[in-house]
Amino acid sequence: MTAIDLDATKFQAEKLFQRKRIIGYGIPAVIALYFVYIFFAFDLPGLAQRANMDNAMTLASDSWSHKVHVTRDNRSGEITYAVEGERKGRYPEGQRPDWVTGNEVITIDLGGDHVVRYLPDNRTEIEIPGFQLIEVQAEGRSLTTNLPDDLPDWISASIRRIGITTPEGRITLTGARTEVFNYFPGWELFWFTLDSPYHGQGLGTLLFGERLDPTRLNISGAISDWWNNAMWRHKDVAWAIGETILMAFLGTMGAAIIALPLAFLAAKRFSPVMLLRAATRRLFDFVRGVDALIWTVVLARAFGPGPLTGALAILITDTGTFGKIFSEALENVDQKQIEGVSSTGAKPLQRYRFGVIPQVVPVLLAQILYFLESNTRSATIIGAITGGGIGLMLTQAIQTQKDWEEVAYYIVLIIAMVMIMDWFSGWLRGKLIGRKD
Amino acid sequence: MADISLSGAAQTVDNIQSTYMAQVQRRRLYGGLNLLIFIILMVSGFNIADDRNAGGFWDGLHQIGDYPADVLSEAWEKRADLPALIAKYFPALVETVNIAAVSTLIGAIGGLFLSLLGTRGLAKWPRLIPLFRRISDIMRAVPEIVIALVLIFVLGGGPVPAMIAIAIHTAGSLGKMFSEVAENADLKPVDGLVSTGATWSQRMLLGVVPQVAPNYVSYALLRFEINIRASAILGFVGAGGLGYELRNSMAWGPGRFDEAAAIFILLFGTIVFFDQVSSRYRNRLTEGQGQ
Repeated sequence: MTAIDLDATKFQAEKLFQRKRIIGYGIPAVIALYFVYIFFAFDLPGLAQRANMDNAMTLASDSWSHKVHVTRDNRSGEITYAVEGERKGRYPEGQRPDWVTGNEVITIDLGGDHVVRYLPDNRTEIEIPGFQLIEVQAEGRSLTTNLPDDLPDWISASIRRIGITTPEGRITLTGARTEVFNYFPGWELFWFTLDSPYHGQGLGTLLFGERLDPTRLNISGAISDWWNNAMWRHKDVAWAIGETILMAFLGTMGAAIIALPLAFLAAKRFSPVMLLRAATRRLFDFVRGVDALIWTVVLARAFGPGPLTGALAILITDTGTFGKIFSEALENVDQKQIEGVSSTGAKPLQRYRFGVIPQVVPVLLAQILYFLESNTRSATIIGAITGGGIGLMLTQAIQTQKDWEEVAYYIVLIIAMVMIMDWFSGWLRGKLIGRKD
Repeated sequence: MADISLSGAAQTVDNIQSTYMAQVQRRRLYGGLNLLIFIILMVSGFNIADDRNAGGFWDGLHQIGDYPADVLSEAWEKRADLPALIAKYFPALVETVNIAAVSTLIGAIGGLFLSLLGTRGLAKWPRLIPLFRRISDIMRAVPEIVIALVLIFVLGGGPVPAMIAIAIHTAGSLGKMFSEVAENADLKPVDGLVSTGATWSQRMLLGVVPQVAPNYVSYALLRFEINIRASAILGFVGAGGLGYELRNSMAWGPGRFDEAAAIFILLFGTIVFFDQVSSRYRNRLTEGQGQ
């Protein structure tokens, strides 16, 4: 009897082990197979060709450095000096970087014995250590040079255009103009543009020094010049971040205000009419299912681009989510407290106010604050679609594909913004409902 | 004597009542002030948003229905083509769902390691717990769109940038949720495994993972729902899938609204479908735990 029992148990145990073994190997095998499928479905082998490593290099180097352009217009002979080649970053008349010397012959010292000379009559001389002296003459739309036929891979030359890339800087020559890019680490003109009198002044001078601009106090002038910096647009960036947070705030709080009364309609305990309950629940499912993307698209047609559209898109989607969460919380309230309140002769509204609300408030607040943080991130994305906030500035900066230091700046700001909102919502939660941990 | 004590008691009752009323009044005042501040914030925030928007709220309100009505009426006129269009965009839908699934899988694996390495009592290198926690905080804080846009610039459009972007964010946020679960895990099985000389990975795999698996799977499913939405949105900024097709068909404007409608239907159906499936499985997983 016991022997048979033991045999049966052993058999069962072995079967169980076998099944566990199949699951233990089966699940990883299925996942591995899925990854293989994805490997081909996403065309990962072809990715190597599509990937643009030059772009990656530009991104990696530009995000922490800047370049100063020295440009000679070969028609007028005029020479301009500009940070990042932008009009806003141009050196004022009569000023130029100190690594440029000479009047008739302009000598540009790129460092490391790399020297470029702009000679009269649109001639250019380029000295690169370990290579011959390069001479280029621009005539009309073509170039004549003394370059040999077999060129190293850092020089590309045709009759119309010559590009030279050295570790110290880049030189491009065309018939119309000759341009030298000199690279420097750091974000240029972050504080003041070149036309501001405060450019290049130390903090001590700004706080205690003589007035640099006789019409303004140093400190207020400096703040206003920094705030209105045309290159970095600190004012616009601050507004954009404000817009993004505003979208998240208005959307989350608006959704909570709308969802709370609706959640009562959807909760079994407070809403005896089945039809009404089902209708509210389907409404929640519908607005959640349509998703923020489609709401954004639809609302942008009605309200145009801007923060309000983003706020409304978040509001509508989250009304569904909040409605679902709130009604679940309402289903789980303790009946005893409501009975206690009604035993004092409280009317229905008072029963809700003192019997129900105090029980659900901690759950609701925790959810609302969690969503406030998560919606800051959503608002960045929605802003990129609908056109508002820091998301839009980021997409624009990436799409122009030249100001990678600005992209890096925005990314840092976005991450800081999300982390601060995360911290803030955690802090507020601790203040309002007490800390759990 | 009795008289005095009685009057004293009456006084204390009075005292208690008055202090209680004062307290209630103070609390009401604070509550009212908080409410007032909140209302001011909401109203002024709304006004600022309204000012900075291209179209005003009250002007736009009655136009909300216009675009959906246009899309629906055009789709209704061409309703015969709708099944064909849905079939046409089905591969894009598969791509969107694939992006979400792969990034959830990769993110869950990453989150698993981040959580085990960042939980007190389980970590392999206890000194590095703050490091792994900060890593998961930062990964969580980066919005998907930031990584996606940068990667699109480097890798070109397509599903891979979106997949990487969503996977990074998923790893960060699952890492946090997972480690909250892992903190409550029973350490006795781990101690038992230590006594048999098990390595760290064996301890985790055999001692911790079986305890936390239902909760982890439940969180991963929730994340999968969220990631489907995210992958659709990222498609809109150029990362392939349904969102990309939606942007293209919208750029055509009227005349192609039937395509937009087909995509709307697909997206809506997918989101509702996966929401239902995942919430059913999550309920089962968390219920199974209680028993």
